[in-house]
Amino acid sequence: MAQMTMIEALRDAHDVAMEKDDRVVVYGEDVGYFGGVFRVTAGLQKKYGKSRCFDAPINEAGIVGTAIGMAAYGLRPVIEIQFADYVYPAIDQIVSEAARLRHRSAGDFTCPIVIRMPTGGGIFGGQTHSQSPEAFFTHSSGLKTVVPSNPSDAKGLLLAAIEDPDPVIFLEPKRLYNGPFDGYHDRPVTSWKKHPLGDVSDGYEPIPLGKAAIRREGSDVTVLAYGTMVYVAEAAAEETGVDAEVIDLRTLLPLDLETIVASVEKTGRCVIVHEATKTSGFGAELMSIVQENCFYHLEAPIIRVTGWDTPYPHAQEWNYFPGPERVGEALKKCMED
Amino acid sequence: MTDDKTYQPLALNVPEPGCRPGDTPDFSYFEVPRAGAVARPAVDVDPDDMREMAFSIVRVLNKEGEAVGDWAGALTPEELREGLRDMMLLRAFDARMQNAQRQGKTSFYMQHLGEEAVSCAFSRALQDGDMNFPTYRQAGLLIARDYPLVTMMNQIYSNADDPLHGRQLPIMYSSKEHGFFSISGNLGTQFVQAVGWAMASAISGDTKIAAGWIGDGSTAESDFHAAMVFASTYNAPVVLNIVNNQWAISTFQGIARGGVGTFAARGHGFGIASIRVDGNDYLAVNAVAKWAAERARLGLGPTLIEHVTYRAGGHSTSDDPSAYRSADEGAAWPLGDPIDRLKRHLIRIGEWSDERHSQAEAELMDQVITAQKEAEKIGTLGGGKGPSPRDMFEGVFEKMPPHLIRQRQEAGY
Ligand SMILES: Cc1ncc(C[n+]2csc(CCOP(=O)(O)OP(=O)(O)O)c2C)c(N)n1
Ligand SMILES: [Mg+2]
Repeated sequence: MAQMTMIEALRDAHDVAMEKDDRVVVYGEDVGYFGGVFRVTAGLQKKYGKSRCFDAPINEAGIVGTAIGMAAYGLRPVIEIQFADYVYPAIDQIVSEAARLRHRSAGDFTCPIVIRMPTGGGIFGGQTHSQSPEAFFTHSSGLKTVVPSNPSDAKGLLLAAIEDPDPVIFLEPKRLYNGPFDGYHDRPVTSWKKHPLGDVSDGYEPIPLGKAAIRREGSDVTVLAYGTMVYVAEAAAEETGVDAEVIDLRTLLPLDLETIVASVEKTGRCVIVHEATKTSGFGAELMSIVQENCFYHLEAPIIRVTGWDTPYPHAQEWNYFPGPERVGEALKKCMED
Repeated sequence: MTDDKTYQPLALNVPEPGCRPGDTPDFSYFEVPRAGAVARPAVDVDPDDMREMAFSIVRVLNKEGEAVGDWAGALTPEELREGLRDMMLLRAFDARMQNAQRQGKTSFYMQHLGEEAVSCAFSRALQDGDMNFPTYRQAGLLIARDYPLVTMMNQIYSNADDPLHGRQLPIMYSSKEHGFFSISGNLGTQFVQAVGWAMASAISGDTKIAAGWIGDGSTAESDFHAAMVFASTYNAPVVLNIVNNQWAISTFQGIARGGVGTFAARGHGFGIASIRVDGNDYLAVNAVAKWAAERARLGLGPTLIEHVTYRAGGHSTSDDPSAYRSADEGAAWPLGDPIDRLKRHLIRIGEWSDERHSQAEAELMDQVITAQKEAEKIGTLGGGKGPSPRDMFEGVFEKMPPHLIRQRQEAGY
């Protein structure tokens, strides 16, 4: 075990995977010599050579399209989109091609690729460095979607994503890269180096996709969250005194229905939190699933706390970000109903 | 089918720049054509008859600071002094704003260091009513059209007087009045929009033209190619500008260019008139821009211009170029500095002096500082008076739909 930031843990996962399997190739914009704008791939080109870790032209459709071709050949591309906000030019390759290749060719061709991208706000990145586009992916059948919330999971889940036989969208909450962020932007963030979840296992230890983790046990209300919102929800529970059970979904698709249902059946209440816009967000899916599976156990309406249905603003970032105060209000309201 | 010939194993080609940190910069591969060497064709030239212009470089100012050749003589001394002033003002503005970011007055900044001639000289080749579709590194288009510095700073500071209400990242200006389309931040998207704007002018029987802008790295985006095919098919009245400043963050221009000789040569596949110009030569940029604009306005079709320049500073305030390129590369760059070169020329023709230059430098800096004080009196990011959180909900649609009204109320604004 070693204490790592999320960036170091992701780098270590790449390193371990590249060492273990020479079919793993890594590329993206600024990924090669420089090691990526967030430095996740730093040192990999030096260690594994330019044909296994290299810079790509600025063309997201090209990055994903070539990865699909490489996968068809038999490689295991792990590609970086510099920011999730820049994935849209590649949507056709992801949705119409990567997601459907196995199905339409009846398994003749498959697409074991990982598409990594930093997501979420909290860095004053404005509308082009802050978005959370997970719902675009979960809505397209054929893609798995993963959102780690800490260094330990980041490494284990990335290893699992790389060995997965199907395309995986790997969303990295950039506000968590250096430490757990609970939404209090005016307070210092503790480094992962001093956090139990910053303790990352050595070597090759994948964490299976499709398994949620209970971050805080509680009996009053179930909070479904992922990424940055896990820490926001924990902070809200501590502050309000509401004994919330905070579930970190980790994988949005496939979803760990069992853990969700068991918790909601226990608490009878549910609050769903995400940073993405509300309408047709992943929270709507979660709400339906809870309703379909736990209706007779529910004691109050399910509540969603999300980003507003506006583009992510620059100056009003903290008015947009669903922070602990808003989540706390929802917890209290859910208990009153 | 298999033949019995044996082949050597294939290997992946990954282009590398000539020089990384610790190496001695070497631009000997970079051929600098003599100033005045490239002839100026008639504006109605057949693009096929000017193909070599995509491989040479139009240059007007020579080493001695003289303006030579066919492309010289288009600007009066007064216009040249205005050009110098624009570039010096942009540089002073950048220096102050770069520093303001360091002081925490805003989140982010991007400067133009070394590339000032491109947007400043181009701006003065367009007419009122024409429309630029700029990237984030063309603020000279605004400066040269006397867009108020305070307004630019209000946007950078996201304060209460920010015309974009704090919604956009710093420097992503928008001003229809000044022929400056709203900057997106997503690379390449706007290059093709420029073509659409130009097509609209043609559809409407107007005489206005558009200018698209893109960086060397971003020419790799599919939107670049989409722009070229639409411009070519509809013979759109558009000037398509590639600013080749040699770098795209840490990635050298060879990754986007691949095996092709130059970025300008990309135009040939589309039958588009294509020219390379010395982007650090104010006179050359202005002359080529006027030539291309005239061509567009006469209905002779699009021109692709590759401005050859050098990004002397970091990509943005979030970037540290010493991690990926030699610190001495800028000094070795063979096309020099655009401000120094125009200054030398003006002195050479007896229209400027070192004293006037120093005085102008001080005056322009004063002008920037005065504007900065005014902007900071209103507010900076997180300090003073900011835009209302209400503004976040406004303007998503012309009329706010009920679900947003509900959300705004829930948010308490
Ligand atoms: C679609 C998209 N992909 C990636 C980015 C991230 N990004 C911002 S600037 C940049 C480099 C652009 O380089 P270039 O086009 O040469 O312009 P320059 O910055 O040199 O002016 C990159 C990759 C982006 N903004 N948009
Ligand atoms: Mg560039």
